[in-house]
Amino acid sequence: MATSSERSPPPFPDSEDQDVLDSEEVGGRESDEDDDGGGDDLLFVNPSNPPLTKMDTTLPPASQPSDVLMEPPSDLMNDPLIEPFSSLTENKPTSKIVSEPSDDFVDLTNNLADSPEDAAESVLADVAIDTTEIPLDEPSDDFVDIFGGETEAPREEVVIANVTVKAAAAADKSEVTSDVTDPPGDLKTGSDFEQEANETATDSIIDLSDDLLSSNAQKPPLASDQFVDPLVDFLSDAPPAADAKIPSRATVDLFEDEGNDLFTEPRQTKSAKQQQKSLFGEADEDLFGEPLGATTKKPVIKEPKGKPVPTKAARDVSNMGGPLQDGYTAEPADIFSEEAVTTVPSIKKTSAVNSKTNGVHSEEDTDIFAEATVELSLDSPQEERKKGVPAVPSASAPSVSAATSLAKPQSASLEELDDDEEEEEEEEEEQEDKFDISISVKDPEKIGDGMNAYMAYKVTTQTPLPMFRNKTFTVRRRFSDFLGLYEKLSEKHGPNGFIVPPPPEKSILGMTKVKVGKEDSSSADFVERRRAALERYLQRIVHHPSLLQDPDVREFLEREELPRAVGTQALSGAGFLKMINKATDAVSKMTIKMNESDVWFEEKLQEVESADQQFRKLHVLVESLVVHRKELSLNTASFAKSTAMLGSAEDNTALSRALSQLAEVEDKMEQLHQDQATNDTFNFAELIADYIRLLGSVRGSFDHRMKAWQRWQDAQAALQKKRETEAKLLWANKPDKLQLVKEEIAEWEVKVTQYERDFDRVTATVRKEVVRFDKEKARNFKREIINYLECLLQSQQQLIKYWEAFLPEAKAIA
Amino acid sequence: MRSCYGLICGCGALWDVVSALPLQPRAVNVDLQTDATLQVDISDALSERDKVKFTVHTKSTLPNFKQNEFSVVRQHEEFIWLHDSFVENEEYAGYIIPPAPPRPDFDASREKLQKLGEGEGSMTKEEFTKMKQELEAEYLAIFKKTVAMHEVFLCRVAAHPVLRKDLNFHVFLEYNQDLSVRGKNKKEKLEDFFKNVVKSADGVLVAGVKDVDDFFEHEKTFLLEYHNRVKDASAKSDRMIRSHKNAADDINRIASSLYTLGTQDSTDLCKFFLKVSELFEKTRKIESRVAADEDLKLADLLKYYLRESQAAKDLLYRRSRALVDYENANKALDKARAKNRDVLQAETSQQLCCHKFEKISESAKQELIDFKTRRVAAFRKNLVELAELELKHAKVTMT
Repeated sequence: MATSSERSPPPFPDSEDQDVLDSEEVGGRESDEDDDGGGDDLLFVNPSNPPLTKMDTTLPPASQPSDVLMEPPSDLMNDPLIEPFSSLTENKPTSKIVSEPSDDFVDLTNNLADSPEDAAESVLADVAIDTTEIPLDEPSDDFVDIFGGETEAPREEVVIANVTVKAAAAADKSEVTSDVTDPPGDLKTGSDFEQEANETATDSIIDLSDDLLSSNAQKPPLASDQFVDPLVDFLSDAPPAADAKIPSRATVDLFEDEGNDLFTEPRQTKSAKQQQKSLFGEADEDLFGEPLGATTKKPVIKEPKGKPVPTKAARDVSNMGGPLQDGYTAEPADIFSEEAVTTVPSIKKTSAVNSKTNGVHSEEDTDIFAEATVELSLDSPQEERKKGVPAVPSASAPSVSAATSLAKPQSASLEELDDDEEEEEEEEEEQEDKFDISISVKDPEKIGDGMNAYMAYKVTTQTPLPMFRNKTFTVRRRFSDFLGLYEKLSEKHGPNGFIVPPPPEKSILGMTKVKVGKEDSSSADFVERRRAALERYLQRIVHHPSLLQDPDVREFLEREELPRAVGTQALSGAGFLKMINKATDAVSKMTIKMNESDVWFEEKLQEVESADQQFRKLHVLVESLVVHRKELSLNTASFAKSTAMLGSAEDNTALSRALSQLAEVEDKMEQLHQDQATNDTFNFAELIADYIRLLGSVRGSFDHRMKAWQRWQDAQAALQKKRETEAKLLWANKPDKLQLVKEEIAEWEVKVTQYERDFDRVTATVRKEVVRFDKEKARNFKREIINYLECLLQSQQQLIKYWEAFLPEAKAIA
Repeated sequence: MRSCYGLICGCGALWDVVSALPLQPRAVNVDLQTDATLQVDISDALSERDKVKFTVHTKSTLPNFKQNEFSVVRQHEEFIWLHDSFVENEEYAGYIIPPAPPRPDFDASREKLQKLGEGEGSMTKEEFTKMKQELEAEYLAIFKKTVAMHEVFLCRVAAHPVLRKDLNFHVFLEYNQDLSVRGKNKKEKLEDFFKNVVKSADGVLVAGVKDVDDFFEHEKTFLLEYHNRVKDASAKSDRMIRSHKNAADDINRIASSLYTLGTQDSTDLCKFFLKVSELFEKTRKIESRVAADEDLKLADLLKYYLRESQAAKDLLYRRSRALVDYENANKALDKARAKNRDVLQAETSQQLCCHKFEKISESAKQELIDFKTRRVAAFRKNLVELAELELKHAKVTMT
């Protein structure tokens, strides 16, 4: 128990419900409990899954059982393969791409990693999908991880999304196998299925490893590092898997033979198993080398492969194939030995292909699959002549090719990003049009005098949305109103994990300048900047589907008079309070140590922080560019002046004329530089400043999530305490107080579930929001930067015009 | 910290950076290279820790030289010595002495390079190599410019009808050992300083004297004004170019920052960032090229004419001085005649002064007219080139 809690990544200590299930399962097994911790392990690995299993078991009969027989193999192979893939492609853009060819591999492995899951699951479907899913799932998962941790997130989604699909597939499969009556053959169909699936999976996995080794020598150590984890996990997961299978054998007769068949073998190897277990500890490092070593042993392996007795082949292979395969065979499970067998042909194939193509990836992977299917069709007549089986390769071949063909255009589209981006933009624009609302902030106007003066902006809204009373309306708002709106929104929506777009910061210095009423360029610049920032701020708000629905937003846009926003002054008591709050928040943030359960969040948080840093750096740079450009424009102006003077002093008339022309050109250049500086400021610097603020908000939403988590944890701790008191009271035998405590416990239990739900909700919202934010960011950046570059081009065009006009003048100097 | 001029010319990539620098003396001398009897150029240059060694290559058919073609190694100090010897020679008072080349100043760029070396650990590898390349390019540009300045000086002297016959010049060209000229010591520097003070005070006094000749009167006012204007313009252009370079640097840093952003970002935005970074990188290159070209075509021209007009002013000063001397001699002669004492001596001195003044006036007139045509031609050439380069760069940016 202690070890398992150490290992289990998510903090899900709700072991009560689990125990019930556990005892049920444990009841089914008696002959081969390896260790008692196994059952607990199982629970910790997939604590959230019990409801799933139930659903699965109920689902199969509901889904068309008769249909399955008609067109079984193609259907079930196609579904799991294509389904995860299509969902994958949706998620693909977010995954990190190391290189194009490997990209395809990621796709395929991920894809395939899912399909063997399905296949394997289907065999064990009635047992417990989850247990088998984990051991099979985890290694393949981590293989994919080598290429980009990101893919894990999509994978998770895939898993979630495909639960029903899997269930259906599982049902189908079990139907198929159970309908086929003679056990040995039946067994083989099942095993064949797995074989095929596993083959493709291991195929691609080993292909990956080969690829890694051949392409860059630095990766393997890293990869092997990665491998250690899944294997450790796997090792501890394996026993529960095995355990879980035993009840299945008891209930589902279809597996009986298989079980018996296998049990003879494992029992013999049981003594060896202990060694192998210990072997695992050291073997981890070797693991990666081993499959490669196996490739060299290819001719030896080839022979046993042909033999129709899978278990024997498994043993043969396990002797040669290295600790990985050993580990598999050590398990009293047929699939694993089967898998070991199937690795052999795949190894052979990949090595053969690799030696042939030698690094031409695109060819390579198609080749692999071509051969894989050939291999299968060879295997199947040899072993089995059931009607479903020959259909399998044919079904898998198109699906694989479909996968590759899907992957290809996708990577191609990544290359053509530049071309696509415009279209994409338009597309999203259209999509965005459903919030058909446009807001402009105009006519900043100074109201009042002295230190009480403030700027008022005209906020004009145009929208056909029925939720507003008019199509067009205009209100006057002052800056603090904008701030007030943000306060309200962030109070309301922040804790729920929404990213509330932040308004521009208060600037005492800038505003004071404006208030003092100096009509210089810097204060005009300030006001203009702020106006633009406010406009963008409002646009962001109304383009947010949930925020637009907020009554405060509507009120802000529509109502003539708005109650004065309080507490937005920087130097007021409220401002002071806010500062204190912020400080305490910061302290509590430091004290909360959340052991992050979600890799996605961890990565996102890191990403956000690094992006924040980079943006800050960039912002400083752009600001300095602006400063330098302004300097340049000033200097150009003074140079133009002195050139004009020089021209007037010059006594050669032609030269004098040319010089004064030059002065004119320089004058224009000055204007150009000035414009460019403005352009820099508004299009580029402001964009970045916006995103620095927005990233702050994103972080805020992460913090809110953390707070929700903390609340949940606190509640749990309190519950625990109450329970302890209950136990104590029970011990002390004080029934009067016991009742009270029991009530309290019930209360806390409600709270805990409530908070947990809260946390889950916030997590989901944050996730959705961040995805949305990313999308929005990409679009926004593209648009703005293209805009900016266009401006740059225009100014260059202007430059050309000026100099072209000057050239004949210069040439005219005699 | 050794770099070879010859090597620079051969090196393709670097050549690209500095290709804007003209190999042949720029601007100033359109009519200089026509004379085949004496051709001087700097074929090679070596930069060492604190000095630059120029290989002066001469090709001549003049009888004073032992050979037709020869090379010597000279340092900056020796150029200065040559210039000073011209200035100090009374014979040449009537000529515009070609301005001495400015001291090679690599300190700034060297310092930067050193700083870069220190900061190596704090930046990424790409950043470092990029910065290094840039600094090297900058260094090379300065180096080439220095060489060009020295060459221009020699060419001007070689093309001058009188100065080319100067003995010191011949020694400078031919003597294949170290001339063992030393830099001025403190005392000499102090002397120079006093001389300058006296000269400028004198210049003010002399300037007040009304000239007899309208041409010179006009030239004087023109040059005075012109000098000031050029000085102003040159300072301004310098500043302009500096800020242009700063802007280019900023763009460069933005590009690299965008690049890191692109590599860090995991969304599909990363490609976009990389692309934009590339674009900025290109813009940066062009902008810095524009700045470099402006520097060359505009600032250097102005700077050269700043010095040249100073030389012309000096000439005018010498002439005015001579005029004042002549007038004083006249007065002295009158006085002597009145007192009837030392008449002969006064007469000779008056004659001398008169002669000197006339000689100076005559040659000065020619020189100033030359100066004007030269200047006009140079401005024309450079401005045309400037305009063309600006156009070219702007068009490159467009594509």
